[in-house]
Amino acid sequence: MSAAVGPSSVAAARHGGLPKALALAGVGVLASIVALSIDTRLSYLLLYAWFGIGYGLLLQYGRFCMASAVRDLFAVRVPRMAVGMMIAVALYALVSAAVTLAGFGTVDPDPVGWHILIGAAIFGFGMVFTGGCASGSLYKAGEGNVGSMLVIVAISLSQAVVVSAGGWFDRLVPASWTAIAAADQDVPAEVTVTQGWFDQFTAGYLWTLDAATLAERIGLDGSPVVAVAVNTLFVALMPVLLLLALLYAVYFRPGYMRRAKIASPTLRQHLAGLWAMCTASRNTAWAGIGLGLLAGAHVWAIGMLRAHYGIENFGQLLAAMDHRSGLSLRGTVFDPGYWYITTQEAQWGAWVLESLGLSMRDNVYFGMFNGIPNPLLNAPGFMSIGIIVGAAMMALLRQEFKWKLPNLEGAVFALIGGTLMGIGARVAKGCNIGAFFSTVTNGDPSGWLFLLGMAAGAWVGVKLFAWWVDWQAARQGGDLTL
Amino acid sequence: MAVTFNQTAPGKWTLDVRGYACPQPQMYTKKALQKLASGDELMLVFDNPSSGESIQAMCDSDGNDIVERVDGGGSFSWTIRKT
Repeated sequence: MSAAVGPSSVAAARHGGLPKALALAGVGVLASIVALSIDTRLSYLLLYAWFGIGYGLLLQYGRFCMASAVRDLFAVRVPRMAVGMMIAVALYALVSAAVTLAGFGTVDPDPVGWHILIGAAIFGFGMVFTGGCASGSLYKAGEGNVGSMLVIVAISLSQAVVVSAGGWFDRLVPASWTAIAAADQDVPAEVTVTQGWFDQFTAGYLWTLDAATLAERIGLDGSPVVAVAVNTLFVALMPVLLLLALLYAVYFRPGYMRRAKIASPTLRQHLAGLWAMCTASRNTAWAGIGLGLLAGAHVWAIGMLRAHYGIENFGQLLAAMDHRSGLSLRGTVFDPGYWYITTQEAQWGAWVLESLGLSMRDNVYFGMFNGIPNPLLNAPGFMSIGIIVGAAMMALLRQEFKWKLPNLEGAVFALIGGTLMGIGARVAKGCNIGAFFSTVTNGDPSGWLFLLGMAAGAWVGVKLFAWWVDWQAARQGGDLTL
Repeated sequence: MAVTFNQTAPGKWTLDVRGYACPQPQMYTKKALQKLASGDELMLVFDNPSSGESIQAMCDSDGNDIVERVDGGGSFSWTIRKT
């Protein structure tokens, strides 16, 4: 059992860390008051921001990073984050079930196809080299990790390029995608859907796939209660229990039984071992519970606010506030209604490129759906900023904040890995949060495909990384030939 | 900054992985501990907080004791005794 905050650092926190953390919180509160005094409809944006701060506080507290869930499992046989992730999934699913039954659900299922596995594998491979997943990189940026900030820059720009670029790469697109995209009557002409491989991938392939919750797929969605029960039980809770049992059997039981000197464990001893695994890191377990609950509450809160304003998308509020330049052709902006990372970063990247004079709207992704709002008006963008701020607050509180510059190797890995994460996230339509965490907890089994792909990519990444570490150690010679 | 791993006295080693993010601190720690004999001590310094969780878990699993921790200012100095 780890004690992440020992007695000496608690005492130090009272003297050094708390004032700085409170000062940062104070800045956040002040900024919120200013925003509300400008226009109370900015409360929608502030909701995202403060949930982001909540996520950031918990992520840093629990050192909660889903990259670690697969990477440390393979690299050093540590199941800590895999376990934490499962705990979070269970809690999120339970809260989501209640929220959906209350009529405030905001999560729609994703299309199922090979793109999930391929995109997730690219993402999983990249994140091994960046040292964190998407929200992991955000929270570590909040700890002062400049390498993680580079990752965010790379993710932002690579996605913006991926979804808007055209040219020689278009020739690799299957003809059927081009034909289907060209024939689609609903796509506005300004989007030039047959130019740009990602437009053709979206309109000619993704839109032909079906997306459904498990209950819908097996025809048990007639009654809302039955549908929610089926989805929660079979898409979230049972897979979680199965995976926890598997993690226990493969990664935890051998060491636990050896330390307890138990040769032939009874079922009761196995259950004790399973519990020991789940509570091995208190901070991780509490963070998992907290994040699951918070993510579920987030869905409810957005649902309530949408009902209050009579809207389905934040773009409608932006239009009402006369901020129309960032809206898509449909008058919408990216507004998921739940915890999702990557698209808002893509919008940041696109906004920068657009400010530099590049044309970024003649595509499906930005032009038709997500828009490119000013970062100061990007609601889910503030969720990401909130994660950084919340993590900074917690790091300051625990005297763990430290500016860390990457060495050349770290910087190169951050940029290349971040670029791969951006590419993978767009192909898979999300990262570990949007394409896994928020899907399996809302009845969409496609999320498990993402996790499978991510694990496969990470496994390859770990192999390559381990070879790199061995090579570096051998090169330096002497005692370092570990 | 490079990783430094040195033997400072009989049975006493130091590993400095400051400046590295996941997964290098935990991977180097694992490799370093493999080189130690039973009873040897490793003085480990790192500044990536999340690596600490993995290193703690590795020590718990292998039965190695973390006999001292001096944490603060974003840096972590742990003394690990190999079982």
